[in-house]
Amino acid sequence: MPETVTILVNGRAVAMPAGATVGAAMLASRAACRTSVSGEPRTALCGMGICFECRAVVNGILHRRTCQLVCESGMTVETQP
Amino acid sequence: MTQTCDVLVIGAGPAGIAAATTAARHGRGVLVLDDNPAAGGQIWRSGVQEQSQRRDRRRSASLAAFRALGAKLLPGRRIVDAPEPGQLVAAVETGSGVSLETYSFQHLVLATGARERFLPFPGWTLPGVFGAGGLQALVRGGFSVAGKRVVVAGTGPLLLAVAAHLREDGAHVATVAEQAAARRMLRFGLSLWTHPGKLLQGTGYRATLARTPYRMGCWPLAALGQSSLEAVRLTDGRRVWDEPCDLLACGFHLVPNTEVAALLGCRFDGDFVAVDDSQRTSIPNVYAAGEPTQIAGLDAALLEGEIAGLTIAGKPHEAASLFRRRDRERRFGQRLSQAFALREELRTLAQPDTIVCRCEDVRFGQLKDHAGWTDAKLQTRCGMGPCQGRICGPAVQTLFGWRPASVRPPLSPIPLGLLCSQPEEQSSPLPQTSNTLQETL
Repeated sequence: MPETVTILVNGRAVAMPAGATVGAAMLASRAACRTSVSGEPRTALCGMGICFECRAVVNGILHRRTCQLVCESGMTVETQP
Repeated sequence: MTQTCDVLVIGAGPAGIAAATTAARHGRGVLVLDDNPAAGGQIWRSGVQEQSQRRDRRRSASLAAFRALGAKLLPGRRIVDAPEPGQLVAAVETGSGVSLETYSFQHLVLATGARERFLPFPGWTLPGVFGAGGLQALVRGGFSVAGKRVVVAGTGPLLLAVAAHLREDGAHVATVAEQAAARRMLRFGLSLWTHPGKLLQGTGYRATLARTPYRMGCWPLAALGQSSLEAVRLTDGRRVWDEPCDLLACGFHLVPNTEVAALLGCRFDGDFVAVDDSQRTSIPNVYAAGEPTQIAGLDAALLEGEIAGLTIAGKPHEAASLFRRRDRERRFGQRLSQAFALREELRTLAQPDTIVCRCEDVRFGQLKDHAGWTDAKLQTRCGMGPCQGRICGPAVQTLFGWRPASVRPPLSPIPLGLLCSQPEEQSSPLPQTSNTLQETL
């Protein structure tokens, strides 16, 4: 069995394989990464750090591109308002 | 703090790895910066599910040689400014925010790769809609598609590769919709007799997808769903049908990442960075390799990187011995762009309320009457969000023919607070940089 890492996405624990990105964890937990200017929920689009659609609040810091960020045990992630 | 190096390579994809490995093998000191968390770029992106990548011997060998030769890789760095000749500034995200680093170099290789072209259609902002390479990258990042029903659509050789990999990862690929017409594709397929390796690779992907329809001359009209994707409306120009699915992987071939080259003032040839036979740009000691010079794929990127590395290492004859193979790969790239040229109908998919600029939610109806990019930007904020027009820029170029406006630092967003507090926080402030950056914010 591969090693897993657990992070909190909008308060809910999500277990991911070691090395997984936060963006993948948000998709797995069906959470929006951010809310758009006109109020739409958005998730990752390009998967490679270009589009900024996957930005979310990670450990209290805004605008983190979750597709380029690897999960670390105990990380907290929230949908960016 | 300014870090000094002999050879600075931007991008740790195949072209950057080839350039760095070659230069390091000849004794040059090499530093590689990359935005991604690990080496490999997009095509060799490392991941959680590495089964298919472990089988890729060329990838393993290239990455092993890169590590063995001692070229230093600093991941998680994106270039934001070029304050003076021979210097670049990178932003790095840390546990507590973002900080800036300055790098000065004798030689620079721009191996910044490519991104997918996205074209707006109704529903493309729904959760569940991804780029084609985008979904593949997220799967490599640990997102499981096992049991999910996926439609792959758009154009380019990437579609078949993505569909095959998704299938291997347990997805049910309902259909692959390639917008290019069958007769173009047939001509392209026949022309590949000069590149048997590529033909074989395509046949292999096709075999993996034995029961999946690969529809040529077929494109998406809309992504349907309330709060997330439920189906994709497809057409072949004669009939229209809805294909139920959980995920849509949709990209329209590739566009080069040329922002750093533009910021440095490199001469362009159309959308691409102009280079000579030795991969030199118009700026002394600045080289470009791989997709920024032409979308020509992996083999071209590896050869161009090697040529740049050899030229920097003072081995012009060895570099010249690779020109023929490189030129052959570049001709393959030309055939690619002809075969996968966009059909006119794709320019009519967006409706007045379809979002074009996802950062600022600017809709097609707000844009269509503007005279050009600059006018549209000022009036609507299109392209003024965090992606700095990297997604909507190629889209409006396709929709309206607007050429991209000139790039300005910072190339991607930096917290204003960082710049304001920087002189107090850092013992070695970045005077030129922070001035340039502050003026633009």
